[in-house]
Amino acid sequence: MAAPIDLDDVVRFEREERARFVRRALVCTSTACVTAGALPVRDRLTAALDEAERTDIGVVSTGCPGLCSRGPLVRVEDRAEQTTIYTHVDTEGAGAIADEHLLGGQPTDGATTMPPDLPFFARQERVVLETAGRIDPERLEDYVGEGGYHALAKVITLMEPAEVVDAITRSGLRGRGGAGYPTGRKWALLAEAEADTKYVVANGDEGDPGAYMDRTIMDSDPHRVIEGLAIAAYATGATKGFVYVRAEYPLAIERMERAIRAAKRAKLIGRNVLGSSFAFDLDVRVGAGAFVCGEETALMASIEGRRGLPVLRPPYPTEKGLWGQPTMINNVETLANVPAIIARGPDWFASLGTESSPGTKVFALAGSVADTGLIEVPMGISLREIVFDMAGGIPNGRTFKAAQTGGPSGGCIPAQYLDTPVDYEHLRDLGSMMGSGGLVVMDDSVSMPEVARFYLAFCRDESCGKCVPCRVGTEKMHAFLDRICEGTGRRRDLQHLESLARTVRATSLCGLGQSAPNPVFSTLEHFRDEYEALLVDLEEPDAGNRSEEVAHEPA
Amino acid sequence: MSPREPRATVPVTIDGQEVDAVEGETILSLARRVGVPIPTLCYLDGLSVHGGCRLCSVEVDGDPRLRLACATPVWQDMDIRTSTWDLQEHRRRIIELLFAEGNHICATCVSSGACELQDLAATNRVDHIHYELSYADEGVDASHPKYVLDRDRCVKCTRCVRVCAEVEGASVWEIAERGGGSRLVAEMDVPWGEASSCTWCGKCVLVCPTGALSFKGRGVGEMRHDAEVVAFLSRARNEGEWVNRTDEEVPS
Repeated sequence: MAAPIDLDDVVRFEREERARFVRRALVCTSTACVTAGALPVRDRLTAALDEAERTDIGVVSTGCPGLCSRGPLVRVEDRAEQTTIYTHVDTEGAGAIADEHLLGGQPTDGATTMPPDLPFFARQERVVLETAGRIDPERLEDYVGEGGYHALAKVITLMEPAEVVDAITRSGLRGRGGAGYPTGRKWALLAEAEADTKYVVANGDEGDPGAYMDRTIMDSDPHRVIEGLAIAAYATGATKGFVYVRAEYPLAIERMERAIRAAKRAKLIGRNVLGSSFAFDLDVRVGAGAFVCGEETALMASIEGRRGLPVLRPPYPTEKGLWGQPTMINNVETLANVPAIIARGPDWFASLGTESSPGTKVFALAGSVADTGLIEVPMGISLREIVFDMAGGIPNGRTFKAAQTGGPSGGCIPAQYLDTPVDYEHLRDLGSMMGSGGLVVMDDSVSMPEVARFYLAFCRDESCGKCVPCRVGTEKMHAFLDRICEGTGRRRDLQHLESLARTVRATSLCGLGQSAPNPVFSTLEHFRDEYEALLVDLEEPDAGNRSEEVAHEPA
Repeated sequence: MSPREPRATVPVTIDGQEVDAVEGETILSLARRVGVPIPTLCYLDGLSVHGGCRLCSVEVDGDPRLRLACATPVWQDMDIRTSTWDLQEHRRRIIELLFAEGNHICATCVSSGACELQDLAATNRVDHIHYELSYADEGVDASHPKYVLDRDRCVKCTRCVRVCAEVEGASVWEIAERGGGSRLVAEMDVPWGEASSCTWCGKCVLVCPTGALSFKGRGVGEMRHDAEVVAFLSRARNEGEWVNRTDEEVPS
């Protein structure tokens, strides 16, 4: 039996190793940059150093630093604390960087670089993404070298499980999957449940269009998720865990699996964690491509190998979950917050963000902004700061029209609310929601009924089909929107759309159906004139009285 | 279950009527006992609760969300409303959606006159379909020697799936695909007649609320289902009582 890892030894070794390098080139090998051609860039850099037989210059494959729209990104760190970030690097550019900067010691002329104080980075507050983009996600030692797994060691050696639950409760951490349920309360529910076997699950079934926070956390810093899960298991008395990842994230799956193997070898999970009596077994479960499997009960059915259908709650998963045993499901980002809360204390975490929504939130910026990518900002920051200061505003001379948050369950926030603080309560009051963190910015060329139609088509395609309002209701709502968007809709179509939307929201079984009409409601609330402009008939004086009597004619 | 002991009762208000509910019973069971009509479709006495049709949604005072009468146990001083204007509207729309989804043309259906969907439309005063019809075209599976499956009349209530798995123990039926594309399939989507696990018991046909499953050779309006047989069977099996639920005395 191998001895457990000595964390302090690894930290020491990593520091010495790091000091050996004169210069290091960090190449982003997360999904976006790999798609843009980062792997040949990395290989070109490595080949140049091999050729020059320089072992004091390193090339590191890292996770995502966030600025996806300017990838592939290469970050060169000199020993003198100087860093240069090269953007849009191709293999030719990589040759120049290798020759002039890595070997020559002078920043490459003519290459596109990024100013070091770019607001996109400078305004961020990185907790979850603290080490993402700076370490090699495939090396356990890199994470440990940055202080990783020290929080796990701390809870096992110094804290009682109840103290850990209490710390999470006091931090005020809320679920990052969208609804914002207090994480500490969830942990306490599982801790109180009495059973021989309890489960903890990391929900990585992120599926909102335009959202990729969880994917990036898993493929850029998988060990942080494992550490968060292990701490959750210790605090709640769970002995078995799963990381549920959707099949569309092959890189995240590969890196999570590799990280779990490495953590098992180092005795950071498995039997006798770090030599203690705490045991925690962890596996990856891969979804089969259904959006609804992000819903807790459907997710559990999927893990058990059954059809991913939601079932009625109660009983809640913390009472009766996987294989009938108490189970707790936390979002990947929620769990990735846990190590920092333990390491730096709940009071530190509570001091970030706002009082009711402490901490930070990772947003995936997409749409009509100059820079798209992943940012982590304190809760309570205004949309204006995110869109105009950090993301560089709206390109092509267009103006801001709306921001869509919360994916297909969320809503659109129009320009007059740009200064609203972004937290759970304020977004809900605007008829949208925090959601998992997708933030799609739309300019004035976008038609809002089209936006509603797009999201409704998504929900219709992803409905599991179990309950009638969601299965058929989303389809018929989409048919009304089709007619309106194509310019053949009548006033009564709009009325039926609204009444049907109310029924789908009120009577659907799970969150997917209940929130599917949200894009319709929110675009109607803020942009009703756009719908009305598309209708072919004008308002009739008796329209309200007649509408119910008029029989519907198929389009 | 042990021989029945008198169970505790709790005071409950249903549509303004104060009644004593048996502790642990569902809103639906209470409503049926005291004669308050709540429409149901996927629910069937003797089978597990599915919760898919959403027709039995009721309002409970102090609860922002609707509750399913078939799945929610009563609690003390619960104040239930079963037929507010909103609920009636929701039910009508759900029934309309079912009509729009399949081909529910009574004039050509074996089950006309004995169809729960038809009854629901009548009792909930649905006389127009405001939604675009889907014109389902899944075709008819008449490969079984005794029975016929017409998927275009299926409302996906899963009664047949549950009765086959839970009462007969054969698990012939399952729903395949998802959303609007979901469909009833025998075994691994084989023609029913080739499904070797089918015991020909016909329970699925008896419990089908519409004309989706029928006996072979029945003409328009000639099919009669018998969904109560399941309640009788499960009662006989679980409680050793060979009586119909309708014979049961109302607990005082």
